[in-house]
Amino acid sequence: MSSTISPSPPTPFAARLKQVQYFWSPRQTFADLFAKTWMEPAIPFTVLVALLLVFSTIVPNYASAYNAGSMGREFAEFGFVAIAMGLSLISGGIDLSVGSIFALADFVALMGFSIWNLPVPLVIVLTVLSGALLGAVNGFFVGILRTRAFLSTLVTLIVYRGAFDLLTLHWSEQMAMSSASSPLWDAIGNGGILGIPSDVWGLVVIALIGHILLSRSRLGWHLTAVGASPRSARHAGISIRWVLFSIYVVSGMLSALGAVFFAARLASVGSQTGDSLAFETLAAVMIGGVSLAGGKGTIGRCLIGAGIIFVLGNGLIQMGYPGQVTTAVNGAILLLAVGIDVKWSKNRGKAIQKSYVNPTYLDYGPLPDAREGSGTPYAMNDRLRGAEAIALDQVEGPEDIILDREGRLYTGTRQGWILRFSGPSFKTRELFARIGGRPLGLAFDKDDNLIVCAALMGLYGVKPDGTVFKLTDQTNRSWFKLIDDSRLKLTDDVDIAPDGRIYFSEGTTRFDMHTWPVDGLEGRGSGRLVCYDPATGKTRTVVHNVRFCNGVCLTHDAQSILFCETFGLRLMRYWIDGPRKGKTEVALDHLPGCPDNINRASDGGYWLALVAMRTPVYDVAMRMPGFRMRMIKQLPIDEWLFPGINNGCIVKLDADCQPVESYWDPGGESHPSLTSMREDRGYLYLGGLENNRIGRIKLTGVDPTWTGCDSYWGKRRAAP
Amino acid sequence: MRLESSEDVRINAAAGVAGVALPARTPSGLKRLTQEQIVLITTLVLAGIFAVLVPGFATVQNILTLLNSIAVLGILSLGAAIVIIGRGLDISQVASLAIGAAMAAVVMQAGGSIPWAICCGFAVSLAIGLVNGLVIAFIEVPPLFATLATNLLMFGLAQIFIVGSTLLVYVPKSAASFLALGRNVAGVPIPVLIFLGLALIVHLFLSRTRIGRFIYAHGDNPEAARLSGIPTRPLTVLEYSLCAVIGYLAGLVLMATLSSIDTQIVMGTEIFNVILVAVLGGVSLVGGRGSVLSVIAGGLLIGVMLNGMTLLNLGNDTQNIFRGLVLLAAIVGDNLLHPRDEETARHGD
Repeated sequence: MSSTISPSPPTPFAARLKQVQYFWSPRQTFADLFAKTWMEPAIPFTVLVALLLVFSTIVPNYASAYNAGSMGREFAEFGFVAIAMGLSLISGGIDLSVGSIFALADFVALMGFSIWNLPVPLVIVLTVLSGALLGAVNGFFVGILRTRAFLSTLVTLIVYRGAFDLLTLHWSEQMAMSSASSPLWDAIGNGGILGIPSDVWGLVVIALIGHILLSRSRLGWHLTAVGASPRSARHAGISIRWVLFSIYVVSGMLSALGAVFFAARLASVGSQTGDSLAFETLAAVMIGGVSLAGGKGTIGRCLIGAGIIFVLGNGLIQMGYPGQVTTAVNGAILLLAVGIDVKWSKNRGKAIQKSYVNPTYLDYGPLPDAREGSGTPYAMNDRLRGAEAIALDQVEGPEDIILDREGRLYTGTRQGWILRFSGPSFKTRELFARIGGRPLGLAFDKDDNLIVCAALMGLYGVKPDGTVFKLTDQTNRSWFKLIDDSRLKLTDDVDIAPDGRIYFSEGTTRFDMHTWPVDGLEGRGSGRLVCYDPATGKTRTVVHNVRFCNGVCLTHDAQSILFCETFGLRLMRYWIDGPRKGKTEVALDHLPGCPDNINRASDGGYWLALVAMRTPVYDVAMRMPGFRMRMIKQLPIDEWLFPGINNGCIVKLDADCQPVESYWDPGGESHPSLTSMREDRGYLYLGGLENNRIGRIKLTGVDPTWTGCDSYWGKRRAAP
Repeated sequence: MRLESSEDVRINAAAGVAGVALPARTPSGLKRLTQEQIVLITTLVLAGIFAVLVPGFATVQNILTLLNSIAVLGILSLGAAIVIIGRGLDISQVASLAIGAAMAAVVMQAGGSIPWAICCGFAVSLAIGLVNGLVIAFIEVPPLFATLATNLLMFGLAQIFIVGSTLLVYVPKSAASFLALGRNVAGVPIPVLIFLGLALIVHLFLSRTRIGRFIYAHGDNPEAARLSGIPTRPLTVLEYSLCAVIGYLAGLVLMATLSSIDTQIVMGTEIFNVILVAVLGGVSLVGGRGSVLSVIAGGLLIGVMLNGMTLLNLGNDTQNIFRGLVLLAAIVGDNLLHPRDEETARHGD
């Protein structure tokens, strides 16, 4: 079987150039990339990696194992405190006292080890407990009494610092004189396992536990909820007070844990201990992407931010710059990073939205003459004017219609229902099934199950008794596409091969139920033809990058699948059997409008519905991507240029998919933008996406006994 | 219209801006007192206790010493109050104090005339305020974070370009007329006079001028203020600039008193004392509340406490702890007297 492809006119050079210019769209890549949630931590992470690379090229011996070890040791202490600060920010508050708690815990650890000579495990427990106690004071005020976190922890910062200064004044000399030693204590402070410092191991373990708790546990979810919106959290029955209390206790414990390693490493207390920790960790976690507004942040982000601040400060010192340069650079980077962060988080949605639609060059070729009396197969007439109305005002949006063996009429509606009309003039209205989504394409399988493409949900089936079952809602994810297209969204039409395999279309993977016409303006094509095999239960995408994949129809010889490319204005053929199996080709090009559904006719040909009509202006616009871009950006959507939808048109094709004649409702008085039609027992039934009725006209000169079910599955039995 | 209490201010600001009159509440008992009244009463009681228990407290000389000790803190708090009333926060105020003053001292050392030196320092401080204001108003960085960053940035830059790594700058002996700022006039220390004069000016500014009222409106409800036509962005820049310039004035006073300025205080906790003085007296961090009286009340309480403890021979660290504890009690007390309604509380208070 061969199909006729009309030769395209030679493309002028300027048009070719435009084609190339608009073939790739960096803007679209940008939009897809930044719509990803992993992009936010990815940016600071890239900065961190870049910093490490820069320093390892500038600073001699920076990348050596020794330097990495000593840096890791210092970083881990900082990392504990950064996590503590990060958790308090996620809870919607702030713990300014982390540095003072760190200092006091450092003192407690050295006191226990050097002066009281306690065993090392006891020292660790005692230190962490002291951190918990100091954190509990914060938690008591902020959580239980609900005072303001900023002020309360500010005061505890001063009080703890005062206590620390007082204590070190009395004890620092004795500590320095102490001769206490323990191999375990040295291992904690200076040793490691597998060449990795012990406190890095500690940090890894704590970070993993913390990550699981924060993202997978009840406490973590409650914490995020309280941080994001305390009022909603309270309404949901979460005990805000105890969640906040426990998070300040945890924050204190983490700071104390960092102090244990610090104490074991340095074995002395200085008045500066932990002095600038509050500022540095606050800066770190905010650079990592933990929001001051609360409810947003992860352990990973805290550590990435901590890494940046630490590597920067450490690297500048290793390069021999005095401390003040580090201070200035820290300040400048903070200001810059947060400025970008604020502007970005405010405008992210807008930026993605603005860059989401990227029109391309599309030449639709010659426009066939469809004027009345032009003598072409597309010539306008009024043969649908007298269509009989079925179910008038009893149905909302019968996008597709189908009749069963008994001659009952089924359709999907806007409400997500399948309605069934029966009786001599279809007066009996039954709610056959509630699927949900937006039921579009319909087909009967050989067991008389109704297979339904429910847009936004996937492929579903309805048994003759009305039971709904799911067939599939996802397919294989395509490689090299940023958008996750594994989930089926805009499933559109369906047909079934004799071996039971179900072929169905998905209009577009980039737009949804309310914005799909924009896919036409973009003209890039993100639709696909998908095949579900009930025998294996597997779903595979068979044809990619279709410009809105719409109607699907198995040819009469069951060798190929015809599918409509709505915004490519053509009918395509995908061979499922025979010598050309697996190949895709154009079956009918240069249509006068956008094809929607296609179904079998009784004479071996096909019926094709045109949902919208081409106009010369629309054709020109499709060759001007820049114009469409400006239109989308500068005009409200109701003033955009779309194909004309105020007509109803059905085209009759012969067995070779060539147009024979057409049926029009000029002006779309009762059947505008027809999307579907079915021939059954000498009648042609009409459905439209937005219509309030189903139409029916009597066909002349056709087999009055032909039905779709018989055509697919053979005559089985007479109507009961 | 006199603005006696923070409550009045809130109602007036809201009514003036949004055209909505809030129903007047008639609280009873303790709640009838405003926060600054409570703080003032607490201060008087504390002073009374000290006067009885501590010898040498209730003397004119000691009272003047007390006032002198809080003059710099008070001046700083006046600036901080302007920003906080506008629902902001300026962590970098001490930077404008120390770096501006250090700039002036460096110019004096280099032989510049005193007015020229003061102008140079003024320019540096104003620049810090402008950077804060512009970043907060136009880039919309949260104030806490923006001023934290400028604090670090300016401290680093000051060390690189102005003071070097010595951090401590002395005022040359030749600038005797400048050092006179730290002396007494008729027994009253000039810093105290400057504090009181500035308090009067800021009070008049906040309560009697249109821009002052706009600052209350801005802090009470920034969105409503913007929608009713107040240019909130330029206003924000003005708030932070004023804060920085007042900080610079405090820096000059401090430098005149000590004959030197130690820029190390930028990294210290002094700014927290400033904020606490303002907040203690009723300049709420939610913005739009409080007045100059609040700052005076908060400053006096701190001053009486510190002075009494010094006379009792308590060490600096002990004083810190005591002060912290009293402040914690004040915060909790405020919370009990004015509990937040969980349903209507603004997020991130």
